[in-house]
Amino acid sequence: MSGNVVTRLPFPVAARRELGDEQLRRNLRKATHTIRDKRLRVVGEVPDWEPLRVAGAAIKDDVLARLPDLLEQFEAAATAAGATVHWARDAEEACAVVAALVQATGTAEVVKVKSMATQEIGLNEALEAVGIHAVETDLAELIVQLAEDTPSHILVPAIHYNRTQIRDIFASKMADVDATTLTDDPPALAEAARRHLRSRFLSTKVGISGANFAIASTGTLAVVESEGNGRMCLTLPETLISVVGIEKLLPTFADLEVFLQLLPRSSTGERMNPYTSLWTGVTPGDGPQTVHIVLVDNGRTDTLADPVGRQALRCIRCSACLNVCPVYERVGGHAYGSVYPGPIGAILSPQMSGEGANRTLPYASTLCGACFDACPVRIDIPQVLVHLRQSGVDAARGRPSAERTAMRTMSYVMRDRRRYAAALRAARRGAAPLRMVAGRRGALRRLPWPLSAWTSVRDAPLPPKQTFREWWAREHSS
Amino acid sequence: MRIALFVTCVNDLMFPDTGKAVVTVLERLGHQVEFPLAQSCCGQMHANSGYREEALPLVANFVKTFSAYDAIVAPSASCVAMVRESYPRLAPSPSVSAVAERTYELSEFLVDELGVTDVGARFPHRVTYHPTCHGLRMLRLGDRPRRLLEAVEGLSLTPLSGAEECCGFGGTFALKNPGVSGAMLADKCAAVVATSAEYLAAADNSCLTHIGGGLSRGSSPVKPIHYAQILASR
Ligand code: SF4
Repeated sequence: MSGNVVTRLPFPVAARRELGDEQLRRNLRKATHTIRDKRLRVVGEVPDWEPLRVAGAAIKDDVLARLPDLLEQFEAAATAAGATVHWARDAEEACAVVAALVQATGTAEVVKVKSMATQEIGLNEALEAVGIHAVETDLAELIVQLAEDTPSHILVPAIHYNRTQIRDIFASKMADVDATTLTDDPPALAEAARRHLRSRFLSTKVGISGANFAIASTGTLAVVESEGNGRMCLTLPETLISVVGIEKLLPTFADLEVFLQLLPRSSTGERMNPYTSLWTGVTPGDGPQTVHIVLVDNGRTDTLADPVGRQALRCIRCSACLNVCPVYERVGGHAYGSVYPGPIGAILSPQMSGEGANRTLPYASTLCGACFDACPVRIDIPQVLVHLRQSGVDAARGRPSAERTAMRTMSYVMRDRRRYAAALRAARRGAAPLRMVAGRRGALRRLPWPLSAWTSVRDAPLPPKQTFREWWAREHSS
Repeated sequence: MRIALFVTCVNDLMFPDTGKAVVTVLERLGHQVEFPLAQSCCGQMHANSGYREEALPLVANFVKTFSAYDAIVAPSASCVAMVRESYPRLAPSPSVSAVAERTYELSEFLVDELGVTDVGARFPHRVTYHPTCHGLRMLRLGDRPRRLLEAVEGLSLTPLSGAEECCGFGGTFALKNPGVSGAMLADKCAAVVATSAEYLAAADNSCLTHIGGGLSRGSSPVKPIHYAQILASR
């Protein structure tokens, strides 16, 4: 496993860093609430939304159940249509394949459609290393690239910037813009980006994309987008290279009907996305005449092996779960340290990588369930989070841990009536001297470690003089 | 019908008044309530933190303690969600499912099983209601608690903005990610204070401890209260 899904910092540490940025929190709150409301409106219009979600989940489960067969079908159909299909086990292999294909064309610049798969494998960095410059053409992606930053959202990678910040990035980084006259008016910013990109679209010989869907029976790829930059990248260059995760398959063309309803309403809150591009291999005399498809595993097969965790592979990257997540809203995408942030990132990154600091991600949730409700393919994210916590705890059973000792002791005490009653009594009595400290408000301001984490932001209550069972026993003693 | 109260471990030690309130309300409606003393904790904290092995003996204890009852009623949405939603997954067996299906959150028992919304309570105060996540999205309590509160004499219910957003408690999340938890808490407290209610009601004392702790830290006069205690007042 490799690529940009392994976080270096434990989530609580990274989250603390992001929480300090007040501007970031204001930007995120505004943006996530706007998309949230839009999504609710357009989802509410669809009378059969629930059956659609169930259908979406069922189609994806079917794909996962017979993935090897469908991949072979896809390869055969795409090859017959004139595409060349490549296979990559991990990020390094995928990057090497793409780099070699680009180098063979002799070009030093490629245009890119926004794609999570290419970010996941770290393609831009890999191309840069061999002297090929990749130009991101999606507006938000371009902002992030110019700022030399990393994306913080699946759909809106620059969600952490407001428009004044974007204006400043354009003014300082775009050679072809007049910094003295550029305003932070959205149309002015879009115009500046359009001018900046236009010449690249017209002159660049190689386009690189991902795909939202890959149709097994026909070998067709599909990209949905809003700005039209995708359409340009997919049609103008001579060579098109698409990097596709192996779970992107749908069995037949007809299955698109379900997903083209689920995806736009869940992601941008639109009834339909403005541009849907579909292509099947090479069409002589029309569009790219050399078409490559790189199918990437990169940890997906490992994820598929887990009966509970594999539902994460149903994900269609709509980002609805990010937009409704109260944790994501406070910390933003960078805190998750992976190209997949938010609730889906918290279950996908650890499964794909199985590594170090990623183990803190399943705990980056209150299990409030808002993500499960929003997910168009019904991924039970809270269930998978708990499942991954369990796997983490079970894997660490050999090592001593204060938390496990506490959990084990509590379990031992609580499973026995006498031990439990005695413990309650002891807790109540033990708290008695604290009443002096608590004073009139009956609440504690400061507790020792590890409960200091509680009193860092909130007061702690004290147990009353009698437990419920003591009251009950007294009431029913006669 | 044999009704058992599952008071929950948090309520047993910290909020005995909530347990007493459930007894008061059910007795007022003409039912007898039993309190099997072998009960302890549902194991939610263990299971949700990943300690399945440690949760299993508590699941077994719960099933053994309550299997003889027709209805098990608890004043905690998250504990009921644990029993009803998670038990069958943690320990699949017919006896576990049978007990899980007969376990009710108080408002479900009152509204669905007993068919009552007016429990004959009086509480002349301004109250706002926070629907806790497990009640809202796991048990789908819907407007049951609100209907019960609206029927209380003298009570005026003021709407809470962003009510369906999580308060940031999340069990051990509050300790593992205190910063994020605190940021969510601050927003929830601000929304509560803005209602100018005298009481903040909810179906989970654990969330109320967290929000109440934040309100107390901010010197807000709003008092947290389990809605069962409102239903018991007169
Ligand atoms: S997990 Fe569901 S809601 Fe989240 S991005 Fe994937 S499909 Fe969308």
